Amino acid sequence: MSASRITSLGLIGLSFVALVAALWLGPTPLADPFAADEATRTIVWEIRFPRALTAWTVGAALGLSGAALQGLLRNPLADSGVLGLSGFAALGAVLAFAFGFAVLAPAMALLFALIAAIAVTALGWRARGPASLALIGVGLSSLAGGLIALALNLAPNPGALADLVNWTLGSVEARSMQDAMLAGGFLIVGAALIFFAARGLQALTLGEEAAAAIGANLRRTRLLVVLGAAACTGGATAVAGIIGFVGIAAPHLVRALAGHDPARLLLPSALAGGALLVCADIAVRLLPTDTELKLGVAAALIGGPVFALIAARLAARGGDA
Amino acid sequence: MTLSLSNVSVELGGSRVVDGVSLDVGAGEIVALLGPNGAGKTSLMRAALGVLACYGLIALGGADPRKLNARQRALRAAYLPQRPQSIWPVSVESLVALGRFAYGAAPDRLSPPDQVAVDAALEMCALTALRARGMDQISGGEKARAHLARALAQQAPLLVLDEPTAGLDPAQALSVGDVLRAHAANGGAVLFSTHDIALAASISDRVVLLRAGKVLAEGPPLEALSSDALAAAFGRRGRLERVGKAIAAVFE
Repeated sequence: MSASRITSLGLIGLSFVALVAALWLGPTPLADPFAADEATRTIVWEIRFPRALTAWTVGAALGLSGAALQGLLRNPLADSGVLGLSGFAALGAVLAFAFGFAVLAPAMALLFALIAAIAVTALGWRARGPASLALIGVGLSSLAGGLIALALNLAPNPGALADLVNWTLGSVEARSMQDAMLAGGFLIVGAALIFFAARGLQALTLGEEAAAAIGANLRRTRLLVVLGAAACTGGATAVAGIIGFVGIAAPHLVRALAGHDPARLLLPSALAGGALLVCADIAVRLLPTDTELKLGVAAALIGGPVFALIAARLAARGGDA
Repeated sequence: MTLSLSNVSVELGGSRVVDGVSLDVGAGEIVALLGPNGAGKTSLMRAALGVLACYGLIALGGADPRKLNARQRALRAAYLPQRPQSIWPVSVESLVALGRFAYGAAPDRLSPPDQVAVDAALEMCALTALRARGMDQISGGEKARAHLARALAQQAPLLVLDEPTAGLDPAQALSVGDVLRAHAANGGAVLFSTHDIALAASISDRVVLLRAGKVLAEGPPLEALSSDALAAAFGRRGRLERVGKAIAAVFE
């Protein structure tokens, strides 16, 4: 059995354990999450399970789109957050919420993630090193941040502002089964698109010119990954707001176990992203703070320094020209 | 004829970098492209593969490569760019297995014929013992051989190699030469560019000397690479000398 399959099986096990632990652990201690009394059933199946499942789906979507974007752009620093897809998806959702079309939020998140994905791929396709691509992402993310501020500034209903700002921070608190299903639906569509691009991502290991020379249809690969990453990020962001760095951390962590082949990293990265976010969400629920720490805030607090470390290591190796 | 170019010209950024070049490469034949930097060698090869817009007639395995898709081109010609990359440090065998892409294979999903082709390419490039190593765990010469093996695994009738010996020590460069000769002896055709005039003269059936996009001289190495032709191409007088079985290039 290949290293990638063994890693995937291990991560399926880990995801399962994390999901069960999420039912057990929380601010209200439960002796037996599978007890039959009304209160336990409400806490476990109407609050904790939908929340944990949403966290897993969102994490899996971000992990998968990160791995796919890294393969496409041949850059270990690529992910939906860094490249601005998440920021643009949030912008789309904020526009929908702020102007009273909440029902359109997922569609708007998808549309705006797609715009960012097209922009970053077009601008970053020939980026020379990991840092230059990340800088393009910084530009797009800042633009998204500015436009979100503008949308909030001009929003007709100032009462909703606090909620909206809160929402962009990123959280899976009080999410329902519908939320999990929504992110899950987008994940399935995105995963289907991305897995069709897997062989093209392998070919891109040789760089653009040689990948075309061995027979890869790069236009098709690019289109599939852009659409797939936009679907994953759009769904995840519409449901949970901006949660950064999962897409960088997940592939980075599984490379040590599953190897470097970009196609064989896709499934383990999705599973790792899911498990990672469920564990992170358990941690924020258990932290004894008065106001619950937002998952997106926690992800940025941990992910930011990790990102800087990975970037510094790449730069030291001369990977950043 | 495996590759046939007739009056091919390439314009890049308004200047003509390849100017009316005609050239044939047949099965079992090795043809070297020589000339100073900027002579148009890379552009000519990329035009021949149909990936760079150009004027003129091109027949690659009987078809115009500009009208073929990437897969159809890959089945007719294997191309090694000037600075081959392995972005992710995959294993040597996985890298070589990418040569089977056009046959529908993936490095983790090789059919028996794919595996035979990969094994043969590794063997030919003396990489069998290193097949499980990561691309970040081998030397520069071994990397160059791994990329060459990738091109060989493609089993295309024509090999197009852009400076396959750049940066290699003399022994490594000669071993690349041996691989090309073995490939031609098996009926393969080779078109390669190099600055190693002695190597080109030693292993090629014909050489094409380019300068400013035009053919200065063409033919068997010892005839084509006259003192005058070398002087016209490189601005320095030089000559070829037979040393035993090999040929040396000496410049004044």
